[in-house]
Amino acid sequence: MNAPTAIFGLLSFSALPQNPIAWGGAIIVFLGLAITLAVPTYFYAWRHIWKEWLTSLDPKRIGVMYIAVAAVMLIRGGTDALLLRIQQATSVGSSTGILSATHFQEIFSAHGSIMIFFVAMGLMFGLINLVVPLLIGSRDVAFPFLNSVSFWLFVAGAALINSSLLLGDFSTAGWLSYPPLSELAYSPTSGVDYWIWSLQIAGFGSLLSGINFFVTIVKMRAKGMTMMRMPMFVWTVLGAMSLVIAAFPILTVTLALLSLDRTLGMHFFTAGGGGNMMMYVNLIWAWGHPEVYILILPAFGVFSEVVPVFSKKKLVGYVSMVLSIWAIVFLSFLVWLHHFFTMGSWADVNAFFGIMTAVIAVPTGVKIFNWLFTMYRGSIRFESPMLWFMGFVILFTIGGVAGIVLAEPPADYQLHNSLFLVAHFHTMIVSGVLFGYFAGFTYWFPKIFGFKLDESWGLRAFWAWLVGFVLAFVPLYILGFLGATRRLDHYDPSLGWQPLFVVAGIGAVFIGIGFLCQIIQIAVSIRDRHKNRDLTGDPWDGRTLEWTMRSPAPSYNFAMLPIVHARDQLWAQKESGIVPTKLYEDIVMPKNTGAGIFIAGFAFFLGFGIIWHMWWLAIVGLTGMFATILARSFTEETTYTITAKEVAREEHKAL
Amino acid sequence: MNQKYVLPLIASAIFLVLIVAGGVYLHSINIPVLEPAGPIGLAERGVIVLTLLLCAIIVLPVFFMLFFFAWRYRAGSHTSRRSHHPGWDHYDWVAEAVWWLVPSVIIFFLSILAWQSSHALDPYNAIQGSGPAITIDVVALDWKWLFIYPDQGIASVNLVEFPTDTPVHFNLTADAPMNSFWIPQLGSQIMVMPGMNTQLNLMADRDGDFNGFSAQISGEGFSGMTFDAKSVPHADFDQWVALVKRTDNPLSPATYAALAQPSENNPPETFSSVDSSLYTAVVNKYMP
Repeated sequence: MNAPTAIFGLLSFSALPQNPIAWGGAIIVFLGLAITLAVPTYFYAWRHIWKEWLTSLDPKRIGVMYIAVAAVMLIRGGTDALLLRIQQATSVGSSTGILSATHFQEIFSAHGSIMIFFVAMGLMFGLINLVVPLLIGSRDVAFPFLNSVSFWLFVAGAALINSSLLLGDFSTAGWLSYPPLSELAYSPTSGVDYWIWSLQIAGFGSLLSGINFFVTIVKMRAKGMTMMRMPMFVWTVLGAMSLVIAAFPILTVTLALLSLDRTLGMHFFTAGGGGNMMMYVNLIWAWGHPEVYILILPAFGVFSEVVPVFSKKKLVGYVSMVLSIWAIVFLSFLVWLHHFFTMGSWADVNAFFGIMTAVIAVPTGVKIFNWLFTMYRGSIRFESPMLWFMGFVILFTIGGVAGIVLAEPPADYQLHNSLFLVAHFHTMIVSGVLFGYFAGFTYWFPKIFGFKLDESWGLRAFWAWLVGFVLAFVPLYILGFLGATRRLDHYDPSLGWQPLFVVAGIGAVFIGIGFLCQIIQIAVSIRDRHKNRDLTGDPWDGRTLEWTMRSPAPSYNFAMLPIVHARDQLWAQKESGIVPTKLYEDIVMPKNTGAGIFIAGFAFFLGFGIIWHMWWLAIVGLTGMFATILARSFTEETTYTITAKEVAREEHKAL
Repeated sequence: MNQKYVLPLIASAIFLVLIVAGGVYLHSINIPVLEPAGPIGLAERGVIVLTLLLCAIIVLPVFFMLFFFAWRYRAGSHTSRRSHHPGWDHYDWVAEAVWWLVPSVIIFFLSILAWQSSHALDPYNAIQGSGPAITIDVVALDWKWLFIYPDQGIASVNLVEFPTDTPVHFNLTADAPMNSFWIPQLGSQIMVMPGMNTQLNLMADRDGDFNGFSAQISGEGFSGMTFDAKSVPHADFDQWVALVKRTDNPLSPATYAALAQPSENNPPETFSSVDSSLYTAVVNKYMP
């Protein structure tokens, strides 16, 4: 090994982008990064940001940072989506569009990976961080430091996946990188390694978060909050976190095995050499299908909070809801094979998994009925969280029907990997997951920031998303029937697909406008914050604990820990008129620490080192991680105390 | 007219125009999955349609309730003021039993459909047609399809001809990453993997040129991995085989090795002869 190889591994100048569009992507991302770094520098704000945000162990702040990173990644993933739409609308016949085949494949692989791991997961953990402690009447999570580590690992993964824009390439094997295409023989460059390590690092953070919130919910509920008095969002998070704990280790192992194949020449999934690619496909979906429910259960939880509040009525069928959550948790592990009915399993196997898939629609359908009958005899206010719910029911039901069609194995033989499938899962993820989190974000925003989001921009965002979604995905359903397969960077004009792709492209632009409206909404809301200030702490006439405190919620959440007597504790208080007496006590809170940032930074080096075979860097990363964990575990003073007097002063100042 | 209705009206009008234009357009073109040219595709269309109809039993009431409740119980409406009932849950269990039961019944029927159709339409099942089945071995290469006719002793690239109304039995493998073999107008696709042998049975019940695709991303030239599937009268097929045999273009081991190298957008090509052990050799190549 010569000196440059020892230092730089496989990295060389040829790793830089090779065409203008790739350069454009790299430049935009790094310009964005430069601006993000320059603005605080200009305002001398780094000390404040470091002390109050980056090192914070307050789950509300970690939640805000999760959502901010997810929003940035949504811009990245959305730009990818627009490029894909432009390519497919223009690359017909003699025209080859704006992208090369390889570049197109990198973009759809990145789009899927980013949207699932860094947008949907980021928004989910963001919301969970924001409100789970508030909803269960707790001042913190079970392991506040671990929470910070999880978040920063998520950031390290996001940083790694974006590094591939400047250095090297990204995987061209799709968002799940099936072997043998993703093996060294067919993907010799660093792309698949970027995919593996950004997901590995972020996924490990997700696993830690899963454990953290599972323990938080089980152990840290307020006095009197029995399991059956938990708000429905908390139940859904408990279900989702159980799935995270059970499913993410499968992902970790699967990625590790693929990485061993690629890095150390092993043969777990290779074509030949005794490898079995079908094992990979089984393993990745044994994680992948629960993952869908990990994302969607908390969104169901958001709607279960939003619908009762905006209908001014208690949630109908609480017990049913709880049962259906656990039915989904259980069943979600019994359906993974429906992702590859076309692999040639015998009919009994396909039929079993088809039936299980159809069965999972029952608990999901029950939830929809429960929400509808919560509206029944209610007094419904159509503010934007409720509109997101309406949009969700319409689209999710249509997407669900498409899912049941695909669950019939013979129907799947005809529609698998067609654009019908693509339309189906986008309907589920966009309307089910994103709409849910948008509703939750709008709903809980005032509790975190102390003012409501601007409603008129919220409405514009909603309508643009809804119209854009229909325009973008109805054509894809139809294209499936026209025999259009997914991931084509070029097709023949005689197939008659182009007009539908053009409409889909227009839809994508509308979705982009919807997202822009949301950015404007936040800007306008910050500008008008004095007008929209939430002075009561209960802007929506809420029912649960988070609305018992002032907005924005103080760092310690509850000045006095609540005692819970009913499911909708706040509503019960409103009806009985009994307000707990104010009796403050000393509060012990965790001190901020930067250790999480260092651990994640070293994890980034570890990943980057392995991707480029810069072994010294990988060793530095691994050693650094352990050293930081060790150092942190010898830190003795990890908490500080807010005295009862200070709490009283804070609380009175706020009034 | 009230100004707040202007935008929704314009939007609705545009949508209506789009739907009509879309309908007219779709009427003018061929929709392979919905206009199948063989018994498998036809049966699969039946499964799709039946599933949609069964789902409609539950979906239509959901849509109705969503909009009806939203309108009737909107804040400030008469009904809402008169009948708003914040604690409504007295007959919870009856209602809930109903909405666990109704979807369960539908899913029960869908499960029966899934069981029966999975067995009836198993891609490995032989099909009854007029005359014996013809066997075609398929090898997915980077990035083209090789078709081997073991009984006729010929081979072709990106072109597969077979007689109409005759069952076609495909054996499939890959000398490349995973692919999925799909002729939408005929029905069922099946995955194609190195070191594996999957099977697929299809039949065309009318003459025609159908588009074939790979439905599983397999690398750079994936989009060009299309092929022509031609169903022709029996006599024409025999004539085509004879014609191919007369050309002097054998698929020798060397030719195969060259063919297996990555190449994109290969035009259709035929080979006058082929080693009968080639297909097995390709499958076994990846055996440890």
